[in-house]
Amino acid sequence: MSEPVSALSGSAFCGLVRVEDCGLKGMITLRGDLSAAAVKKAATGVTGGKMPSPLTIASGKTGSIAWMSPDEALVMCDYADAGAAVGTMTTALGTTHSLVVDVSDARAQFRVTGPAAREVMAKLCPVDFAPGSFEPGQFRRTRMAQIAAAVWMEDENTFCVICFRSVAEYAFTLLKTAAASGSAVDVF
Amino acid sequence: MSTRLANQGRLIDRSKPVKFTFNGKSFTGFAGDTLASALLANDQMLVGRSFKYHRPRGIVASGAEEPNALLGLGSGDRFEPNQRATTTELFDGLESASQNHWPSLEYDIGAVNKAFARFLPAGFYYKMFIHPRPFWKHIYEPFIRQSAGLGRAPKDRDADRYEHFYAFTDILVIGGGVAGLLAAKTAAQSGAKVMVLEQTAHWGGRAPVDGGTVNGTAVADYIAILVTELEAMDNVTMRLRCMGAGVYDHGYALGYERVTDHAPSLEGPRHRLWRIRAKQIITATGAIERPLSFAGNDVPGVMLAAAMRDYAVNYGVTPGDKVIVATNNDDAYRTAICLKEMGVDVLRILDARDTGGGELMEQARELGIRIDCGRAIGKVSGGKRVKKVAICAQAGTGAALEEISCDAVAMSGGWSPVVHLWSHCGGKLTWDDSLSQFRPDPNRPPTGADGQGFVVPAGTANGEMHLGEIVSDAVAAGKKATQDAGFKAKRTAAPRGVDTAYAPMEPVWLMPRNAEMELRTKTWLDYQNDVKVSDVQLAAREGYESVEHTKRYTTLGMATDQGKLSNINGLATLANALDAKIPQVGTTTFRPPYTPISMGSIGGEARGEVFQPIRRTPMHDWNEAHGADWEPVGQWRRPYAYVRDGETVHDAVMRETRNVREAVGILDASTLGKIVVKGPDAGRFLDMMYTNMMSNLKPGKCRYGLMCSENGFLIDDGVVARIDDDTWFCHTTTGGAERIHAHMEEWLQTEWWDWKVYVANVTEQFAQIAVVGPKARAVLEKLGGMDVGKDDLPFMEWRDGILGGFDVRIYRISFSGELSYEIAVSASQGQALWNALRSAGDGFGMMPYGTETLHILRAEKGFIMIGDESDGTVIPQDLGLNWAISKKKEDFLGKRAQQRSHMTDPTRWKLVGLETTDGSVLPDGAYAVGEGVNANGQRNMVGRVTSTYYSPNLNKGIAMGLVLNGPDRMGEVLEFPGTDGKIYTATIVDPVFYDKDGEKQNV
Amino acid sequence: MLILHCPYCGVDADETELSPGGEAHLKRFGPGSSDEDFQDYLFARENPRGVHFERWRHAAGCGKWFHAARSTDTLEVFGTYSAQTTEPPKEICDRISGKRPGWTWRLFG
Repeated sequence: MSEPVSALSGSAFCGLVRVEDCGLKGMITLRGDLSAAAVKKAATGVTGGKMPSPLTIASGKTGSIAWMSPDEALVMCDYADAGAAVGTMTTALGTTHSLVVDVSDARAQFRVTGPAAREVMAKLCPVDFAPGSFEPGQFRRTRMAQIAAAVWMEDENTFCVICFRSVAEYAFTLLKTAAASGSAVDVF
Repeated sequence: MSTRLANQGRLIDRSKPVKFTFNGKSFTGFAGDTLASALLANDQMLVGRSFKYHRPRGIVASGAEEPNALLGLGSGDRFEPNQRATTTELFDGLESASQNHWPSLEYDIGAVNKAFARFLPAGFYYKMFIHPRPFWKHIYEPFIRQSAGLGRAPKDRDADRYEHFYAFTDILVIGGGVAGLLAAKTAAQSGAKVMVLEQTAHWGGRAPVDGGTVNGTAVADYIAILVTELEAMDNVTMRLRCMGAGVYDHGYALGYERVTDHAPSLEGPRHRLWRIRAKQIITATGAIERPLSFAGNDVPGVMLAAAMRDYAVNYGVTPGDKVIVATNNDDAYRTAICLKEMGVDVLRILDARDTGGGELMEQARELGIRIDCGRAIGKVSGGKRVKKVAICAQAGTGAALEEISCDAVAMSGGWSPVVHLWSHCGGKLTWDDSLSQFRPDPNRPPTGADGQGFVVPAGTANGEMHLGEIVSDAVAAGKKATQDAGFKAKRTAAPRGVDTAYAPMEPVWLMPRNAEMELRTKTWLDYQNDVKVSDVQLAAREGYESVEHTKRYTTLGMATDQGKLSNINGLATLANALDAKIPQVGTTTFRPPYTPISMGSIGGEARGEVFQPIRRTPMHDWNEAHGADWEPVGQWRRPYAYVRDGETVHDAVMRETRNVREAVGILDASTLGKIVVKGPDAGRFLDMMYTNMMSNLKPGKCRYGLMCSENGFLIDDGVVARIDDDTWFCHTTTGGAERIHAHMEEWLQTEWWDWKVYVANVTEQFAQIAVVGPKARAVLEKLGGMDVGKDDLPFMEWRDGILGGFDVRIYRISFSGELSYEIAVSASQGQALWNALRSAGDGFGMMPYGTETLHILRAEKGFIMIGDESDGTVIPQDLGLNWAISKKKEDFLGKRAQQRSHMTDPTRWKLVGLETTDGSVLPDGAYAVGEGVNANGQRNMVGRVTSTYYSPNLNKGIAMGLVLNGPDRMGEVLEFPGTDGKIYTATIVDPVFYDKDGEKQNV
Repeated sequence: MLILHCPYCGVDADETELSPGGEAHLKRFGPGSSDEDFQDYLFARENPRGVHFERWRHAAGCGKWFHAARSTDTLEVFGTYSAQTTEPPKEICDRISGKRPGWTWRLFG
């Protein structure tokens, strides 16, 4: 195999906030009954953390699990570990009705950093990103301008955004546009 | 003349002169001026021409309601027409130009329309353009085209940026006047999140100009304190220059923020559209003064009384030296008093009320202003400027009692609350007889998701016209909204507002009351669209009773100001003409936005590079660098062909197509949809999704499948691979991945929710590369690592393995009829594998090929393409695909529909091949004509072309088409009239043109 | 611009996150059904002014289909509920009865 390349090869931009392509991340779609012991065990086995409650993301030592829908979780880990993790999860699940599939290459991930991060995101998503309404630990699938996206906060000043790989360029330009200098809203 | 006074103007900074131009002439104003106040300060009263008669028009208002002073602003890529001078803040270097005249504002040829005014009555367009029919094209349309439109459209691409912002608040207050601010404070004290929008650059609205006290403090100072308090609260957001543009369902509201209009040198977006969700909305949008309807009320120099006061107090500008005031209420006396105190000559106050006004009248009299009660303006004379006023009795027909020379007229016909935002989402109005105005009906508010009212009007917007009531109403509105939003309102006493005592106003819908016809034809209701009292009366005589119909017939209120000044006067005129009461006639519908908002703000960030998402494959950049002529396929961009230097696109397609058949081609097939379907019931589920059987497919094998909707129509096709016992892998068309994934989820979630199946769309996880042609196997063998021979990897099977060091899955499938391998690899390895395949293909004459070659190759083989051969009305049976429809299965989506009589009708058009008799190419979409004509006298149609190409391998035009009884008519020649006037002839043939036995793909 | 509560993920979703799916609680007719039943299943739809039951999908969110009971004239939402049911839940019908006495919709009301 060759050195794997993400859609935007780690591009970055500095404006109202810093916008950067996070490079390739390990991401595994897990579908199943999220309350089933085997399903929980398969997922937390990868991350060393807990299972997330609805609309949250739970971080562990070696990854995190995001709640996608009542029967879907996104297990995140290092890109290099994703292939093996799919194997261990599949084995752990055995005959439990479920679906484990590597989607690491189907996604792009961005980090939006800076005190204006909430503001930049609020220009693009129909979501209340005000302090108190959206906080680290919460996980939200939504629409970012014209594409589907999932967002969460790593800390008070940092958003992570996931979108499909094919629209990475669009998403990056969108975030850059929203973060263009002079466009501070000063509302949060 | 209109001029700047020596030392007035609370909003201007005389130490900061600002230069601007109007129609190329240089003028100077001050920082804080609006363009309107600066033009008036420079004696530029004439600012435009009206729409129909090209009458001279001057500034009439001071705010958003201005109908006349619409100017073109800026130049080049920043030019914008129809900008209101009254809401344009002055900045250094501002360029402005008047509109709707030729050759110049002063001398306008279009003004001859005035002379023909009696030939351009209400409903002129409707009456005129019916007969005679031939006149339309050669006379009417050119005439209308030439005179239509207000301003001219910008030619250049807009140079500015725009953006959206999603905001969520408990309480949204629209309007930052004293009522809005006080309501906001009341709400904010409960701890609720409050957002206040003010459309101008200043807090306080009219109150600082009108005066009065709150709790003993001058109202202007009281407002300053309120603003300071609100700004200090964490739960309050205050936005100036942000208009509440519209109120919509479920607490949705639009705020239109003009971020840098007032200072274009600032970095940043020009406009920001706030997309707000609020639990409760307080509309504190104020009121608009009504003009009086007298002859010549459109002559430049005639102005709303309160506007004249605004110009004097806020900007130190007086629109005239000798002013006459006409009114039916006390408020206009303030204007007379204010002007008089500033040293302007106020010649006369004409009060239409027989008994005149109250305390303000006494104050005016004390200042020495002459007041005539029961008097009216009979007529204002003057062309481009007021010259004199004829005074008459309000009770009469307009016989002049006296004529006075003057250069400005202040008029006030009373006030109309701005109920627009209350009404946008269904709030109803009630008629207030004492103030002659429509005000919000508190019992019929717009209702939200919970069925409860979510808009609360406050202050003058609620029909409260005096400071005392305004203040207490604002506090009450603040409390109501707070409680309705689920918060506990703080118990506070409302402050006490004090204002001069008033005498009641008296409705005056026509001045004088029984004005004769000659006067009524000069009495304007709608300044922008040139609608006069006589037009509305004519409409009533012609039978128009509905206000909505009258509006459209006369164009009253249909201009860019949407009748802010004219609506109430117009419908009162209609009511009088119909001898009906005003509330019975009712209002027209108030629709958002309150004033026009820019297209840029509506689009927001969606322009230029991010106008829409463009989906890119992992090999996109390579494709671009190697001559890709892009074809949009959904949001994807696929190379149509890779064009080399010196080639046309057609040359490239011919070269690529020949090369695949003769040597080997490589195709970026990454866009094909890929969906994993897994679970104990997956086979059963796919048997429902596809027309053919998928449950009996053996692991390791592939099968071509068709998908139909429940209506029976073909919606997608693709190759399905069985991965293991309970896993299938479905390929969809390029445009189909999301649609088909959603289609599967829909049936699983909403119909067969007890079936154990999970699906996942993994389209973008893989780059997919097709290596196609007689030398394809040699290329893969050169790369090495997998056995890809005839027996190791037979046709319609797949294998996982390591090819040239890459983890791949190879599908032995063919959409070209050639030996073909489709290789899937992780997207992050796509470009590397592509490169490796390219290198391996070097000695074999490998070329990349695009979608057009793909199309020609499949058409040569008679393979259908979703979207060409199918169009949402075609069933598989039409396409000769019966072999792919299971007869064994009891059920699948579309099966029942395909049994309907229309679907089994033997006369449905069926797929055939078409070969032109002279080798030319049939026009795409052309229809075949048969015997006879239809009811419209057109030739009967017997078929149509669905795909058509020039085949370089066969050296002739080939096509597919759907033809009546087609398969039974082999060898027959059909006629296809082209849009170029030629008749093309083609022979019906078998749709498989190339390698009929399919030997080449199976080697 | 509606807001509908997604009963699956709990988000009060903006209309721009949702996609509409037409009338709720259609009973599928397949092979073996009469022409009339099948035609009604495909084409015959309620078009009420007032209480209506609809399908929506939280498309730009958790991806789940759900049902909504709302008024087509006032846009009042009486409730949203699971897509995995063939009829509206009783508590939603009761709530509608409280607000719109005498309402009917197909066989319900």
